[in-house]
Amino acid sequence: MLEKALEGSKKYWAWVGFLGIFALIGTYWYIRQFNEGLGLTGLHRDVSWGLYIGQFTFLVGVAASAVMLVIPYYLHDFKKFGKIVILGEFLAISAVTMCILFIFVDMGQPMRIMNVLLHPTPGSVMFWDSVVLSGYLFINALVGWVTLGSDRKGVPPPKWIKPWIYLSIPWAISIHTVTAFLYSGIPGRHFWLTAVMAARFLASAFAGGPALLIILALIVRKVSKFDAGKDVIQAVSRIVAYAMFANVFLLGLEFFTAFYSGIPGHQHPFVYLYKGLDGHAEIVPLMWTSTIFAVLSLVMLWVPSIRRKEGLLSIACVMLFISLWIDKGFGLIIGGFVPNPFEEVNPYWPTLPEAMITLGVWAIGFMVLTFLYKIAITVREQTAGVEIDH
Amino acid sequence: MSMDRRKFLKVAGISSILGFGASVASATHPTWQPALRPDQMDRNKEALTAKRWAMVVDMTRFKTEEDFTKTINACHTIHNVPDFRKPDGTVDKKFEIKWIWNTTYEKAFPGMEERKYQSEHIKDMPFMVLCNHCTNPACVRVCPTKATYKLATGITMQDMHRCIGCRFCMAACPYGARSFNWIDPRRAANLDPAKGGKVNKEYPTRTKGVVEKCTFCTERLAVGKMPACVEAAPKGALIFGDLDDPSSEIRQIVSNKLTIRRKPELGTGPAIYYLIGGGDHA
Repeated sequence: MLEKALEGSKKYWAWVGFLGIFALIGTYWYIRQFNEGLGLTGLHRDVSWGLYIGQFTFLVGVAASAVMLVIPYYLHDFKKFGKIVILGEFLAISAVTMCILFIFVDMGQPMRIMNVLLHPTPGSVMFWDSVVLSGYLFINALVGWVTLGSDRKGVPPPKWIKPWIYLSIPWAISIHTVTAFLYSGIPGRHFWLTAVMAARFLASAFAGGPALLIILALIVRKVSKFDAGKDVIQAVSRIVAYAMFANVFLLGLEFFTAFYSGIPGHQHPFVYLYKGLDGHAEIVPLMWTSTIFAVLSLVMLWVPSIRRKEGLLSIACVMLFISLWIDKGFGLIIGGFVPNPFEEVNPYWPTLPEAMITLGVWAIGFMVLTFLYKIAITVREQTAGVEIDH
Repeated sequence: MSMDRRKFLKVAGISSILGFGASVASATHPTWQPALRPDQMDRNKEALTAKRWAMVVDMTRFKTEEDFTKTINACHTIHNVPDFRKPDGTVDKKFEIKWIWNTTYEKAFPGMEERKYQSEHIKDMPFMVLCNHCTNPACVRVCPTKATYKLATGITMQDMHRCIGCRFCMAACPYGARSFNWIDPRRAANLDPAKGGKVNKEYPTRTKGVVEKCTFCTERLAVGKMPACVEAAPKGALIFGDLDDPSSEIRQIVSNKLTIRRKPELGTGPAIYYLIGGGDHA
């Protein structure tokens, strides 16, 4: 089926070329970073993780969100999701690819990456994160490929794939839970030391991932004959609405605990992010953008008359995605490091090379996504009208 | 057949990738066993050993600015710690690496709200800080490659050759004790001969992309020397010894005097004790 990614219209290749340019620019800057060191980034002693790890964390959520389509379709026999579920699985593959790349570009000694396998350390959450992420990549690639291959041949997928599909459900939850444990299990970082971290991660993932999927499905419908279906998109938007509500609720719980308990250390990161601390308010506009977008998108998703208009729905999804991207891809990391263990505020802001490398990874991820979607769409276009029961 | 160095390395590299090198090297010992057991090795007779190395810091003994700089410089010079400076001569915070340094009481012990009534003099009192060599260190727990690990003597050690530079340990350490080599440390003015710098050949320099911190001078203890900071500090300012030994000076102080540790509530078990009030030691 791979060959289907290699044939396409001029527009298709223009899009691939556009992504390719960003991938090349990112690669150029990565080679410089590889030679000169992570000093090329805005990171320093006090904020030692930044944009890269933020993107990694955010994208683990996007990857995990495929489960929100797999559960209704395979567990609840919600047949309408039959078409869109492959888009979810392929989105997961490209998201995990980006996760792995972001971890790689963040490493000080990337050539030693095999040390994680040569000296396996079960006590380290990062070890488990690499295990669950590579496992998830494998499961989704297997399930996506086998089910799509069967569709192409017009036969139901083989029986042996079912256990893998069921396994993907707890596995999706595990990748984001383990990623949350990276943060919530370490002492001395007030912003991260919270038991609801994993729950919040999952809630934001199940909002952000499907929101992106709605946008993608609408784009796919525009550029091809593949239509996920209007009522399917509505069903997904309801999932997004519920998950976003849970996410905002959980964020509210964090505020309550920090401010009602009155413990200064718990409050400082929130004050830094939303109000500014010690004369530093660099992140404040971003965090408020995130907050306003969160509230607006939630209202738009909640009111049925707005949600049913696909134009407005897509605006809501874009706002929601940006909101969560800021919150999880940036604020979450910064809030853990500022103020530092000495309660000093040493702010961080990404550099241009860092931003270019980040864009480059996104471009590579979207290229993978484009190829995979191209394959899925072509197969689906050829078998249009034939519904195969999975 | 003669083989030049380049060629040899090529062959050695390829064969070790294929696993031949490993099988030759381990002809006598299987690779899953260490080549030498501890009882097969001779221990340096002069080596200083302990069951639990720890340190008491008596800030009252530090009188002048020079007392601090002497102590810090002793450590940083011996260990080739790069000193990155901005053109105006101030520390370049972006690349800063430090093993032992001076902060204020207020910053070393944050979250103490009774400060409102404390004088600026008390709040700004200098405090020496360094790695706490915790009993239950978060950095060791999170390291995905065991590049940072505990020695039987209680020291938290660091293997710069195994470190992958993920910086999880820096996020995990509640004391801000760890530094990362954002760029090649040998470029720093104090280490680069081209910039008038000088490297201590007795101690390795590091590569970019790895984390480093105080090691309680493990390399000096091994040859019977006290840690560099302890030697350079004013007499009695830094007391280093075996906390596990009931007759040691450090144990006497910790048993009988009022000492505090940084963030003990986190359960990390820091081994740096700050003596309050100072005065005569036990």
